[in-house]
Amino acid sequence: MKIYVPRDSAAKALGADAVAAAVRTEAAARGLDVTVIRNGTRGMIWLEPLVEIEVGGARRAFGPVTPADVPALLDGTLAGLGPVEDIPFFARQTRLTFARCGLIDPLDLDAYEAHGGLAGLRRAIAMTGQQIVDEVKDSGLRGRGGAGFPTGIKWQTVHDAQSSRKYIVCNADEGDSGTFADRMIMEGDPFTLIEGMAIAGLAVGATKGYVYLRSEYPDAIEVMQEAVCIGRARGLLGADVLGSGRVFDMEIRVGAGAYVCGEETSLLNSLEGKRGIVRAKPPLPALEGFLGRPTVVNNVISLATVPVIFEKGAQHYADFGLGRSKGTMPVQIAGNVKYGGLFETAFGMPLGTLVEDVAGGTANGRPVKAVQVGGPLGAYMPPAKFDTPFAYEEFDGQGGLIGHAGVVVFDDTADMLQMARFAMEFCAVESCGKCTPCRIGAVRGVETIDRIAEGDAAAKELLVDLCETMTDGSLCALGGLTPYPVLSAMENYPDDFATRKEAAE
Amino acid sequence: MSTPQLTDTMAEILARHRGQEGPMLPILHSVMEAFGYIPGDAVPLIAEELNLGRAEVHGVISFYHDFRKDPAGHHLLKICRAEACQAVGANALTERVLTKLGIGWGETTPDGRVTVEPVYCLGLCACGPAAMVGDRVIGRADEAKIEEALA
Repeated sequence: MKIYVPRDSAAKALGADAVAAAVRTEAAARGLDVTVIRNGTRGMIWLEPLVEIEVGGARRAFGPVTPADVPALLDGTLAGLGPVEDIPFFARQTRLTFARCGLIDPLDLDAYEAHGGLAGLRRAIAMTGQQIVDEVKDSGLRGRGGAGFPTGIKWQTVHDAQSSRKYIVCNADEGDSGTFADRMIMEGDPFTLIEGMAIAGLAVGATKGYVYLRSEYPDAIEVMQEAVCIGRARGLLGADVLGSGRVFDMEIRVGAGAYVCGEETSLLNSLEGKRGIVRAKPPLPALEGFLGRPTVVNNVISLATVPVIFEKGAQHYADFGLGRSKGTMPVQIAGNVKYGGLFETAFGMPLGTLVEDVAGGTANGRPVKAVQVGGPLGAYMPPAKFDTPFAYEEFDGQGGLIGHAGVVVFDDTADMLQMARFAMEFCAVESCGKCTPCRIGAVRGVETIDRIAEGDAAAKELLVDLCETMTDGSLCALGGLTPYPVLSAMENYPDDFATRKEAAE
Repeated sequence: MSTPQLTDTMAEILARHRGQEGPMLPILHSVMEAFGYIPGDAVPLIAEELNLGRAEVHGVISFYHDFRKDPAGHHLLKICRAEACQAVGANALTERVLTKLGIGWGETTPDGRVTVEPVYCLGLCACGPAAMVGDRVIGRADEAKIEEALA
């Protein structure tokens, strides 16, 4: 009998380690032949710790399980959820990037291969660099970190650049609140990221890769470091990638708690050992990136999606989606929701369906007041905009952005003036300091919002003006997009910005 | 700490990272791991090794939240302040925890037991409020769970 207990940090945060220990102890006491497998999470966080029991090849799920439930679990008397694949939240998904996440032991390379892993890399090895780049272009894959830049075009630039040394840098500095897809794939299926980076290396002629992984993810760091060691020992990485005679190796680098290092040029400076100050573009990192060499900088999900594109073909991937947003997006449903977790789906599902239907509304049953999509730099969307399809251009048209696809739900007790204030405060804390509108503007933004709260109606106009200056005068998205949450809060929730005096009188 | 001990430990750390591309952050993380903070006396040694000015090393240390110039308390408690956790009551939880400990953000209890710092997202956004004690993550955090982790 195999028993799966996730090692994902969300599952651990909800007590999975204690459940795994209880399963081992109880099974030993009963003399049962039980193999405990620490898999990734299936992504249904409200059911964590979600335990699966496999008997005769069929897996049945139970959750949330506590250590006290374990005797009943082994007796077969604990009420279960049936197969994970039949749980509606899971059944409605299209799992391409996350196909293996939660299914296998993340560090079992043989299980990885048995579930389709390495097929993409083997196919890529037989192709030329240009053919690999063309395949990525044909898939329509766009950068999943937030900007949505076509991945194939970025690779083409690095492919065409002449240099004796090129790099693949994976941006795993997933700092946006409400996002955890990068963490989940790194903890649940690390080899898919390694395989994606190796394919990128073959495509552009890079022999060295770095994963810049934030220090706030100690579990992901541990899994990725172990996976790289296994990859080297098994010939997936190193001087002869899968016997192809090609070189590709990689290293995990740990960030140090700076949000701005998720911005690619700031990340490169940090990786070089400098302050994480944003660089002006041009030069593009694709031409002068890490240590001044041509560098592919891609988000975790972009790179982790590459293997399935090569395994199933570019067309298969491109057939999903809406308009210019091709393929699938792992939407992360978070905040005050009934069913929170990771929901991978083709682009195009209306926001309201995600919030009211998939997420089941708020956890406490109160009405939804606002949904922040795309992290701390994303707009606050009111229910009136819930018909917006989840896709790049469609959100842009509504004054928002999908970013890294985090969806944070707030109930009607949320004070949107305070949320706008927090956006400015966060920008002030995390600004790298290079651009004045961001460094000083964010501090003035907090003060201006406090003036509004104290009853100074004229400060609203000033805030709009300040936001314009920040948008136009900042090099990167931190200063440039902080006005999104601020202005969307003010526009969509005017009552929260009606001065306290007005409300009191 | 005696200087010879610091010198020996630093020599070992610097040797371990020799040959790495962009070794500054890996070195600083190793120093944090060894001492729990970056001792002022380590700065000139790092500067010498990397052929940088002391001010440049200091500039890197001061840029990142993770690098401390003084030791933290016995436990380092981080509570998430980001939006998803705010949506499920992180602010109220923080207030209760800080009041109970009698300290503010970034401060250490007088007995040196706990240092509390804000963190902006632990990737536990579907099971907030989130907190972390050392490397141990806590989901749906409340005072009881945090107290247990600090025990």
